[in-house]
Amino acid sequence: MAKAYTPGLKVAASTTHQAHRVLPIPGTVQVKQGDQVEADTIVAETFMDGDITPLNVANLLSAQPGDIPQLMLKGEGDRVEQGEPIARNKGVFGMFKSECTAPASGTLEAISKATGQIMIRGKSIPVQVKAYLPGTVIEVLPEEGVVIENQVTLIQGIFGVGGETSGPITMACPAHDQRLEAGMINEAMRGMIVVGGARVTAEAIGRAREVGAAAVVSGGIDDADLKEILGYDLGVAITGTERIGLTVIITEGFGDIAMARRTYELLKERSGDSASVNGATQIRAGVMRPEILIPVAGSQVSAPETSTESGVLELGTPIRVIRDPYFGLIGTVASLPEAPQVLGSGSKSRVLEVSLESGEVVTVPRANVELIET
Amino acid sequence: MTPPSQINTDAVNVILATDCGSTTTKAIMIEKVDGTYRQTHRGEAPTTVEEPFANVTVGVINALTEIQEVSGRRLIDDEGHIIRPATADAGCDIYISTSSAGGGLQMMVAGVVREMTAASAKRAALGAGAIVMDTIAANDRRRPHEQIQRIRELRPDMVLISGGTDGGDTKKVTEIAELIAPAKPRPRFGKSYELPIIFAGNTDTRPEIERVFGEGGFDLKITDNLRPSLERENLGPARDMIHDVFLEHVMAHAPGYDTLMSITDAAIMPTPGAVGDILQTIAKGRGINAVGVDIGGATTDVFSVFDGTFNRTVSANLGMSYSISNVCAEATMPKILRWVHLDMDERELRNRVKNKMIRPTTIPQSLEALIFEQAVAREALRLAYQQHKEFATTLKGVQQQRTVGDTFSQEAGGETLVDNMKLDLLVASGGVLSHAPRMHQTAMLLIDAFEPEGITELAKDSIFMMPHLGVLSSVHPQAAMEVFEKDCLVYLGTCVAAKGLGKPGKTCFSWSLDSGAKGSGSMAFGELQLIELGVDETAELEVKPARGFDLGAGPGKALTQKIRGGTVGVILDARGRSLSLPEERSACRAAVSNAIEAVDLYGDQPAKVDGRAV
Repeated sequence: MAKAYTPGLKVAASTTHQAHRVLPIPGTVQVKQGDQVEADTIVAETFMDGDITPLNVANLLSAQPGDIPQLMLKGEGDRVEQGEPIARNKGVFGMFKSECTAPASGTLEAISKATGQIMIRGKSIPVQVKAYLPGTVIEVLPEEGVVIENQVTLIQGIFGVGGETSGPITMACPAHDQRLEAGMINEAMRGMIVVGGARVTAEAIGRAREVGAAAVVSGGIDDADLKEILGYDLGVAITGTERIGLTVIITEGFGDIAMARRTYELLKERSGDSASVNGATQIRAGVMRPEILIPVAGSQVSAPETSTESGVLELGTPIRVIRDPYFGLIGTVASLPEAPQVLGSGSKSRVLEVSLESGEVVTVPRANVELIET
Repeated sequence: MTPPSQINTDAVNVILATDCGSTTTKAIMIEKVDGTYRQTHRGEAPTTVEEPFANVTVGVINALTEIQEVSGRRLIDDEGHIIRPATADAGCDIYISTSSAGGGLQMMVAGVVREMTAASAKRAALGAGAIVMDTIAANDRRRPHEQIQRIRELRPDMVLISGGTDGGDTKKVTEIAELIAPAKPRPRFGKSYELPIIFAGNTDTRPEIERVFGEGGFDLKITDNLRPSLERENLGPARDMIHDVFLEHVMAHAPGYDTLMSITDAAIMPTPGAVGDILQTIAKGRGINAVGVDIGGATTDVFSVFDGTFNRTVSANLGMSYSISNVCAEATMPKILRWVHLDMDERELRNRVKNKMIRPTTIPQSLEALIFEQAVAREALRLAYQQHKEFATTLKGVQQQRTVGDTFSQEAGGETLVDNMKLDLLVASGGVLSHAPRMHQTAMLLIDAFEPEGITELAKDSIFMMPHLGVLSSVHPQAAMEVFEKDCLVYLGTCVAAKGLGKPGKTCFSWSLDSGAKGSGSMAFGELQLIELGVDETAELEVKPARGFDLGAGPGKALTQKIRGGTVGVILDARGRSLSLPEERSACRAAVSNAIEAVDLYGDQPAKVDGRAV
């Protein structure tokens, strides 16, 4: 039987998920192997070198760089406070002395005889890593962090903005193909993961932010609305650090597009349960997609482990078309012709025939489809 | 590795070359056929620097195995090694490779004055094939603490510091070093990696630099000043040092590269560095000025050689998939849509662009989608070339002797080296150019974006083998040249374009090919015409521009030159330079429609407005 490989997004009712939580630089791990952690448990901590504030004392005192060590009132390694005098010149016959004060508090790290420049190192900056995923610490990476494992319902989105957050799931749209409008969001959704259906409007995201929702998850978004929310036109899909007051995850793509039925049903089934979500997206080598993780333990879900991450296209495989002119339409593989065909664009490419939900059969390049859940 | 000097080039019959890209490893085989080197077979396989393989040589062997299968020549032995030397039906004599896997070579550069030593340092890094993440200079308009913050955020593979002419100022250079050292930039390859710092500045500053970087965490390398005097740039030693550090440190940290380095017959080069080398070799060999462009999904590289001076720029966020949204943001939608003769809904297009960004591997299915994608490509190329022109300049800060006559044309140094009138050869590579369904589209993308003036040959890199030939030119220049001319380049034809502007319909220039035997006529301003002249055909072109127009001999002066045909032919362009399209939308659409018809851009494809028509 004809087969082809095509990637897809992961949507699983129940799967074992591991979260690697590591510090950017070496530090101390705060938990032990076997510990149970909550989303906001601090699992590792360290201190980064403080900010550096340079100051050219030679220029300020109109002195030669080589004379600066003698003019300093503080030495290397000394603590200095902002506004405190740290250097003074000899003046003229002991008169008209001028002083130089510390522009910031910290430790005087270096005095350069070559340039007359000094460096003040500010207070160390604490860096903490939270568990993010509630679960069991299955491995401690000494000085680096931990690996946390849990059985979760996992839904990968296609694109997101905003970083890690958590909260209970609440359904705002009654159907997977309904647009998420501002009127569907209310005060009771504060701190929650608000799930829509099809396209979410800028007004709805604005309203969610107003009521203090933790995140919004929906099928699609208009690019013009994204621009309005961010305040700029997004150039490359490397996100996660935006400060827009909440996290937004899009499951299907840009435009008027309904959330895949199974994704919606899974989220609906888990309504009320607490989820960890992350909007961070990186579409480059080593791709990273936004995710929604809902621990299974203690919930009613007893679905077997399922996953539709990546796989093989065969006759009957359900797929979604991911490029115009059929963008967003869902169907099944009707045939997989071996020979490349000439497309409407004039290019030659390997194709497949798709039987759409409407019954229409269309030809689409293999590069323009992705697998969806069964 | 056999030292290149010990390779007996006359005895070389079979050459294998690979380019390990971020996603694909591309291999080619070159064989001596009837005394001439020809590229005979190719193969490709996914690059294997990431898990589960985490060994680049696996992808290399897979790509070579594909060549083995299609050629029937045994290249890999039972132990998985490349068979050497070549016999009648097995093995090869030389194996070489380039690499841009793992994101290529990423560098930070620093200098004292942004327009002088920092610009020279950037040129050295780009010329060596690096991606320059940021340029720090004393006058870059950032305050010192902002510079330090930026240095802390970056994760470069190495840092190049320049500054000061020999015998000149030492203080400012040391100040820059004193900012970089405590900021402790974290390298990409983890905490055990000592960040290489290359110092190529004022020789008098070396003791201070050694003091500043003497304390742990850095591997300081010192080389000749890349700007020994204001009037002179000396980029060679810094570029060589970058290559050495790239091999010693960066490559050594990439999985499997130690093995790959031990089996190649020449040092592994960063891919863009190798492309630059072959373009320089060709420009020098033929005595021409050339521009090459490689447009990818994320970035666009532009290479130029004018009067022997080589320059390369990387436009980091101008590309056709990962960066397509950025092209639209930078160029603006009205600028893109001016190349489209169909009605398209802007809101819908914006969503399509974002959908391409998040699903970068999709391809245009309908003609309408192709037209839009090629419109975006025109703007990406135009912006990348603009950036290149601004960067490829004569040295800034050089005192120039002036005469009274220069008073009215004072240029403070730093004028661009790129002169489209002097350009002889324009070479295209990269998906949207190489895989355009018709070569006419490739040719018009080049003409619309680069606006060549006078007489310019157009070509495309057939299967992206310029990187392979770049390394080959370092061990076997003759083979590299022969393959470049015969197999690498597909000649599209010649563009003949008049510089100047006029009134639509007024005569721009008259022309004849082989004294009229292959055609003759007159071009009115605004017109475009395609004349057939096949591959391997040449003809004597006579052109006579109208007053105010220039085709290379000066305004209004006639010119005779032998020109080359190609898969497209000769494109006569009387749309004027600089090229501008009517502001008014319907007039603009009419102008684009005329151009499409004149050069038969889409062949018999019906340009349907209905998005669902395929």
